[in-house]
Amino acid sequence: MTLTIPALRARSAKRRRRRPLIVSLAVAFLILVAAMGLLAPVLAPHSPDATSLLNSLLPPGAEGHWLGTDSTGRDVLSRIMYGARLSLLAPLGVVLLSGLLGTAIGLLAARAGGWADAVLSRGMDIVFAFPSMLLAMLVVAVFGPGLTAPICALAVSYTPFVGRVVRSVAIQEGTRPYMESYRVMGFGELWVTLRHLLPNVVPVLVAQSTLAFGYALVDLAALSYLGLGVRPPDADWGSMISQARSAILQGEPWSGLLPGLVVLLTVVSVNVLGEHIGGSIGRKQSEGA
Amino acid sequence: MNAGDLVDTGGSVNAGGSVNAPVLSVTSLVKKFGHFTAVDDVSFELMPGASLGIVGESGSGKTTTARILAGLEQPTSGTVALDGEVIEGHSRRARLRHARRLQMIFQDPYSSFDPRQTIARSIAEPLRLHAPGSRKEHQARVDELLDQVGLSRRAGESLPRDLSGGQRQRAAIARALGIAPRVLVLDEAVAALDVSIQAQILTLLDQLRRDTGISYVFVSHDLAVVRYITDTSIVMRHGRIVERGETEQILRGPQHPYTRLLLDSIPSPDWDLDRVVQDRRALDLR
Repeated sequence: MTLTIPALRARSAKRRRRRPLIVSLAVAFLILVAAMGLLAPVLAPHSPDATSLLNSLLPPGAEGHWLGTDSTGRDVLSRIMYGARLSLLAPLGVVLLSGLLGTAIGLLAARAGGWADAVLSRGMDIVFAFPSMLLAMLVVAVFGPGLTAPICALAVSYTPFVGRVVRSVAIQEGTRPYMESYRVMGFGELWVTLRHLLPNVVPVLVAQSTLAFGYALVDLAALSYLGLGVRPPDADWGSMISQARSAILQGEPWSGLLPGLVVLLTVVSVNVLGEHIGGSIGRKQSEGA
Repeated sequence: MNAGDLVDTGGSVNAGGSVNAPVLSVTSLVKKFGHFTAVDDVSFELMPGASLGIVGESGSGKTTTARILAGLEQPTSGTVALDGEVIEGHSRRARLRHARRLQMIFQDPYSSFDPRQTIARSIAEPLRLHAPGSRKEHQARVDELLDQVGLSRRAGESLPRDLSGGQRQRAAIARALGIAPRVLVLDEAVAALDVSIQAQILTLLDQLRRDTGISYVFVSHDLAVVRYITDTSIVMRHGRIVERGETEQILRGPQHPYTRLLLDSIPSPDWDLDRVVQDRRALDLR
């Protein structure tokens, strides 16, 4: 009897903080994809760029090519692995940049208030209303293809996505009486904002950035598909799908479907994770009040 | 404007350190919010080690007055002088000088702390700003302050949400005392506490005043509390001071009908609700 009681207590504690299975699966998949990209030189069975016209368009399960080959005979598995690097790093760059910009603008708008807030908020509304893909394509048209231009363009168009949420959380937190007590103690606005406001904003920032990561991944894959992102022969999921177009028309869809599936699963995983983080913040806030 | 006179007297007295110079003097303070006048021509002085009550109902302008003293609101006109020096300017220097002389305790001690910081860290924060020193020195000072307000070290290691209301208010007092201000403004500081805890906090405040020579501006609607903690009082209504004098005298023989109304409104064995209503009607007709 004495043994079961702590066990029961532990179980009920676990139940309260239980993580849904889908979230665990999503995290596992993301770790798998990240590890694939990181360890691609070790894990990949072939060079991602080695062509072999004799072995072109092999279906998955072929000898030596688990996931088959594309129209120039390159190993699809190896290209997915190497492709994970650009396909994950580029959205990461977008998220970091937009997170930095969005936090700075959101905090500034929230703390400054008045006309500064009005100007910044309307500015964010305008950027928010502008299609991110269109902006990215315009920027590529001006600066030429390559990843830097689309990353910067997408970072700008995702800034309001982060900035608006940061602003509203910062305004809410800024009305808490303890902010005033710090002012009475002689602390400056900047200090209070960075030391006491920012930590409150971080959880929402993480949730929002996770969601933005998913969107950025899709946008970048689409840009690569259009030939505006990664330049060949660099592997990237979007460009892999693009290069499989003619094969798909010939009735050999595998070399395009598989990277597409990886994009889909990655984005769904990231979104599940983002929703979970956002949800648990909401719960914590309602408990904490 | 006699603010200039105040500065001069303050300056000369400051050097001499005379006991007879007010530590806080407020001159013709006015605060308007749009067309509404929250504080209307309020003047008073506070001697070192003295305790002044500001009494009135909600909406009487007493809290606005307290917030102006703390620098949370800017007066529309009039001046606040601390140690004879008129408060003005928003520079970092001016802010720190103000904070070092005057601190404020809020009604709700829970929300006056950052919920993520332990009490000890919250108390150490203003120390780092106002009294630069080593980590060890600050730690020692925090322990000393906790001890001074009757909190254990364990309470210091807790988060605000793990303490009771009384403990939090003690912690808030400790945090304010860390800056060693000359004046402490207490805005309904015990109103949110249980009556038994109120008594403990009031005793603590009384003792601190005797030990440190700090002055209090005690804002409250509770006449029993004001009677215990203050020497002199002002009674405010609609932003104006309607009566002032020794607290005991005011409570014994109120001159202004509004003060009488406040006194009659306290529940007691011979409480006469009709009289309260009558008082109120007579007052509104004036």
